[in-house]
Amino acid sequence: MSTNKTLTFSRRAFMRTSSLAGGGMLIGFNLFQACKPKAAPPIDLAELNYNDFNAFIEIADNGAVTIFSPNPEIGQGVKTSMPMIIAEELDVAWKDVYVKQGILDTKNYTRQVAGGSQSIRHGWDALRQTGATAKQMLVNAAAARWGVDASELTVSEGVITNAAGETLGYGDVVKEAALLEVPEDVTLKSPKEYKIIGKDASNVDIDEIATGKPLFGLDYKAEGMVYAAVVRPPAFGKKLVSYDDTKARAMSGVIDIFKIGEKVRGLLAEDPSFGSKISSSDKVVVVANSTWQAFKAKEAIQAVWEEDTTIESTEEHDKKLIELLDGNKFETPRSDGNVEKAFAEADEILERTYESPFLPHNCMEPMNFYADVTSEKVHLVGPIQTPEWKAGLVAKMLGREESDIYLEMTRMGGGFGRRLYGDFVLEAAEISNHIKKPVKVVSTREDDMQTGVYRPAIKYRIKAGVKDGKLTAYHLKEAAINDNMYGLIPNFFPAGAIENYQVDIAKYNSSITTGAWRAPYTNFLAYAEQSFFDELAEVMEVDKIQLRLDLLDKVKPEEDERIQYSPERMKDVIKMAVEKSGWGTKPKNVYQGFVNYYCHNTHVAEVADVEIENGAPVVKKITCVVDCGIVVNPLGALNQIEGGVIDGVGHSMFGELAFEDGKPMANNFDRYRLIRMKEAPVVETFLMENEYSPTGLGEPTLPPAGGAVANALKAATGNRLYKQPFTKTPELLKMPQKEIIG
Amino acid sequence: MPTYQIKVNGESKTVDVSEDTPVLWVLRDHLELVGTKYGCGIGQCGACTIHVEGTAMRSCSLTLAQIDGKSITTIEGLSEDGTHPVQEAWKEVDVPQCGYCQAGQIMTASAFLESNPNPTEDDVKNAMHGNICRCASYTRIRKAVMIASENMDQ
Repeated sequence: MSTNKTLTFSRRAFMRTSSLAGGGMLIGFNLFQACKPKAAPPIDLAELNYNDFNAFIEIADNGAVTIFSPNPEIGQGVKTSMPMIIAEELDVAWKDVYVKQGILDTKNYTRQVAGGSQSIRHGWDALRQTGATAKQMLVNAAAARWGVDASELTVSEGVITNAAGETLGYGDVVKEAALLEVPEDVTLKSPKEYKIIGKDASNVDIDEIATGKPLFGLDYKAEGMVYAAVVRPPAFGKKLVSYDDTKARAMSGVIDIFKIGEKVRGLLAEDPSFGSKISSSDKVVVVANSTWQAFKAKEAIQAVWEEDTTIESTEEHDKKLIELLDGNKFETPRSDGNVEKAFAEADEILERTYESPFLPHNCMEPMNFYADVTSEKVHLVGPIQTPEWKAGLVAKMLGREESDIYLEMTRMGGGFGRRLYGDFVLEAAEISNHIKKPVKVVSTREDDMQTGVYRPAIKYRIKAGVKDGKLTAYHLKEAAINDNMYGLIPNFFPAGAIENYQVDIAKYNSSITTGAWRAPYTNFLAYAEQSFFDELAEVMEVDKIQLRLDLLDKVKPEEDERIQYSPERMKDVIKMAVEKSGWGTKPKNVYQGFVNYYCHNTHVAEVADVEIENGAPVVKKITCVVDCGIVVNPLGALNQIEGGVIDGVGHSMFGELAFEDGKPMANNFDRYRLIRMKEAPVVETFLMENEYSPTGLGEPTLPPAGGAVANALKAATGNRLYKQPFTKTPELLKMPQKEIIG
Repeated sequence: MPTYQIKVNGESKTVDVSEDTPVLWVLRDHLELVGTKYGCGIGQCGACTIHVEGTAMRSCSLTLAQIDGKSITTIEGLSEDGTHPVQEAWKEVDVPQCGYCQAGQIMTASAFLESNPNPTEDDVKNAMHGNICRCASYTRIRKAVMIASENMDQ
């Protein structure tokens, strides 16, 4: 059990306390630094000031605790779960804790950082240490007051008790505590002592959400603010030549119409790697007194576009990606043994190709951002997953000091990866810089879907060799648009389980902007591999579950540090999924599909139940077993798990954005199908109970869902699906004629 | 621009906007009622759902002329203090993830339950099918609507 492992960072480097002018204690900590265990503290401790911290706990004289979180909240629930971890070790009652988004403290948050590393997994140690250190300082202050040793005191829910039964509240000693040295050694609770972690806690914003309070970027308003809509290229590979705004200028409420683009091109010239994420074309901006006036005038702009780079289509992409798979221009991020030799010696070979389309993120809140560029500062407000990165880019783009940038994050109406890129932040800043007014740039749904930073189309080819009834070779090839799988993905299962194993990757450079989409790469790879295993078991004539368990028996992570998944934990989730889903014991009209998968450090197994209704297969239920270690907030965890599963079912069934002449073929929800209520299966979730340090839940239940559905559909229809979305080949979703009874 | 009188959440308001301005944008940009959300602008996602004389309608596709003389209710006016049975059920179940679509979900559910106080689960699925939740909190929406129906019945 790894919960209380040794920490490799110094607490003093990321924490400091002080008295508040108005009474009470402020504890500042730099979560970002603490999240990177191997990173050295950037500056000498003596030089730290509060601008170097990005998260705070405030304990008032009356004992009230406010926890400020710097973390972007995109619906993954960290605004609730991360403060819970602090509150646990601080030893206060959760109901007494007030959580605030850090943006409300304009004085202390001028150099705010937040990023992907601030997940539960990375924050676990730092958040516990912070809470425990603050508690120890309060206890030390009480011990000094009473003239006793701190070890004689006990704490419960913010009340310190001595051996004589006398009590002091945190508020009583907070002034003295703030003056003490930050202790170096504090004891963390054992999981058995937890009172907050592991208990259901509602979303901290639930009341505001249920009553429609302004929370999101699109809800933000400032004095004198105007609205901007942007005319962007109608197709990828095109750029602006000229435009006629005569009609638009005559429309009511229109303030100005002008062109932007030069400043973003300046950034792209400095760092061409942004090229696959941000369009370099000029755009036409309409500024108006209201959103609707801006939208309407935008429609009235007559723009002329010309071909800039290659105009691409899905048909062309399909050919290019297959050429890459057929070719030999690969990089090889992992190679064990000799797959070619093993294939030559194999008794049987199975080779299959799996194909996926582009996907837009389709956050419910369309992209938007507020900017007010003045000679004193650059004020930015809105939904962004990477505030620090974007603040730096805006400073560079406008030739400003980074200290001029003041960025506030709002709650986000979904992220799914789209709000990592922040092209809309650059747009807002460039527009405000031009018109010298506070402005909110708002995308229409059509803009959002047609000028996205998409999940790129990817194809996988998997080849396996079987000799003497055993799987001896496994070769995975990836052909993708713009970027390839990264990090440890090539070392996920079945890496380590097969003697001869190789992963090859190749890419096709496209002018279509692409990026991360919830569970990048694995969101499609899990389906490809787990469908392949299903078919492989049929070819080998072995039990589908046993094939997986036998392979896991061969994995030795202790001999290969690249293997981060645990074969033991994987086997446990598999066994529980078999039991809980009633695998193999269902009535004849229930067809099941099995998947086990590891990504984002979490082990998952899912079983899909498909039933036939009116001659067509319907996904009725997904049984989902998850091992994410300690579950911080079960109520939030189950929401993430269910959402991930249904999102995975939905996109594998329906999700597709095709291109013709560089233009996306859907631009709104009438032509782009997202899963809706009636298609959403029941999700039955089981969490493994253990004391491993917690891992994330925003992504890992999505990838397996598509594979579970594909395998269940095979069981139901006899047809194996090699292309997503599954509804693309409706003929394969029908029952064979002879099996339709009555 | 013409001025319009509209009745929102029990109050009479005067707005000065062009006649084609959808009610959604009148609420959001002119009346500071931003709980009603923009999602698609074509009546496909349900994020902008409001009540017009108690009936759930898509405010992105409504003109001021269409609500002339009618009283409309937005999420801000569904209850005085957030204690409408549907809002209470949403809190009890902890429905939201990102939360952006939830005002529209609550407005659809509350209008539906007014006319269908004892729905089956299939009725609920049909009623809520028009509202997209990109985070896919559908199982909790289903559960919350059923709980609200029981509580409204009492």
